[in-house]
Amino acid sequence: MLLLLFRLSFLSFFPSLSLSQHFAPTGTKPHQRISVSLNFKQRKQREEKRRMMMKLDTSGLESFSAAVPSAMAAAEDQLFAPPSFDLPAGCADFDKFQMEAKQTLKHAKGTTTLAFIFNQGVIVAADSRASMGGYISSQSVKKIIEINPYMLGTMAGGAADCQFWHRNLGIKCRLHELANKRRISVTGASKLLANILYSYRGMGLSIGTMIAGWDEKGPGLYYVDSEGGRLKGNRFSVGSGSPYAYGVLDNGYRPDMTVDEAHELARRAIYHATFRDGASGGVVSVYHVGPNGWKKLSGDDVSELHYKYYPVQPTPVEHEMVDAPPA
Amino acid sequence: MECVFGLVGKGFAIVAADTSAVNSILVHKSNEDKVMVLDSHKLLGASGEPGDRVQFTEYIQKNVHLYQFRNGIPLTTAATANFTRGELATALRKNPYSVNILLAGYDKGVGPSMYYIDYIATMHKIEKGAFGYGSYFCLSMMDRLYHPDMSIEEAIELIDKCIIEIRTRLVVAPPNFVIKIVDEDGAREYAWRESIKSPDVSMA
Repeated sequence: MLLLLFRLSFLSFFPSLSLSQHFAPTGTKPHQRISVSLNFKQRKQREEKRRMMMKLDTSGLESFSAAVPSAMAAAEDQLFAPPSFDLPAGCADFDKFQMEAKQTLKHAKGTTTLAFIFNQGVIVAADSRASMGGYISSQSVKKIIEINPYMLGTMAGGAADCQFWHRNLGIKCRLHELANKRRISVTGASKLLANILYSYRGMGLSIGTMIAGWDEKGPGLYYVDSEGGRLKGNRFSVGSGSPYAYGVLDNGYRPDMTVDEAHELARRAIYHATFRDGASGGVVSVYHVGPNGWKKLSGDDVSELHYKYYPVQPTPVEHEMVDAPPA
Repeated sequence: MECVFGLVGKGFAIVAADTSAVNSILVHKSNEDKVMVLDSHKLLGASGEPGDRVQFTEYIQKNVHLYQFRNGIPLTTAATANFTRGELATALRKNPYSVNILLAGYDKGVGPSMYYIDYIATMHKIEKGAFGYGSYFCLSMMDRLYHPDMSIEEAIELIDKCIIEIRTRLVVAPPNFVIKIVDEDGAREYAWRESIKSPDVSMA
């Protein structure tokens, strides 16, 4: 008796779990289920099983219920129930849980890149932060990809997707050059990429890229994304920080800027985006594409840029402690 | 969000579409031409997912050209519409295109005609039609103010009234529109209606 009470004190009540496992497997018809004839004790234990799934089947062991009256049978259930836990959150529907986990880790284009055409060519700029949800995985990612000496691509979305497909595009451009004895145009290169991405539509590629270059028709800029969209334009910004960059870029843009002014505008726009957007940061890289190809103009750390644009002002102490004037 | 609408007048057909390319809250550009000139006497105004729209309309355009190269004569508007609908229908249960299309054309002997082709391959021959959120405002206006055999001036007036109504009442109204016309002289751009002009270098 004392032993029983001792044991009972260790038990806590566990809520019963779903009963789905105890019904006949779906798909079996009634006549297919094997019917078993049970004696009274087995039938009772089967009932208890239905109420508390995790109960041990003690029918094979010498149990209390043989010697003890049925009033104790209820206590017996709790005695022999092994410790059980709630299934962890999300595991009731594991596929949905996997999908949700994938979503949080998805990049969702956490970056800021921009490019614009002006009278002297194309300026391309990007930050260098890679983030996975709330974790910054790298501050030094090369997001401006050199497809060939006169064409650049920017990376936003999945890093592997962008790197692979830009490399692939570079291969195709080179093959075009060899087959046709002339360089491929920016229009052609962006169309090649857009068609490839369109054929993989819905399969989970995440790419938001700009193809910028200088061809026979002059400067060219296209926006291509993994949904299959392709837009020709003069000014684009892609990524989670793009609205912030657009604000600064649209305000300061003039078609007749000098290269230095355009360089500073691009750098400033990316800096402001990294200031406000948590998924952007690291180093601002700015490239210029001219008639002779691209050239990297600068790579500045944004935190240093911050103090350059907003130097620390010596602030006066608000309440200076002064000695009381002598009486 | 994307508005495409059009009507048939006396000896011509007009298709108008908005010109903004949008990605969630961002407007990437405000001068994207969504009314494609299929061939000398046909217009194809399309709205829908960006990749699908461009790829599908270009596919139709190339096939229309191919027919002309192979057979020496151009397709009629009705034949083009039925071909387009057939392509959408074939792809529907496998890899559907999310594109809504207004096809307008002029055929010698038949005159102007317009076809409404849905993203689920519904096709109707119509005198006036509209797609997108703008359709909620345009369709009733066109029902009220349209009459058969309108002149070009009357038709453009009606189109402008629709554009003004969209700009007034639609919460995310696109600022700019393009209007294209097809008549016996061919398919061409008629006008742009711009309320936001971007200070860009000239677009190629």
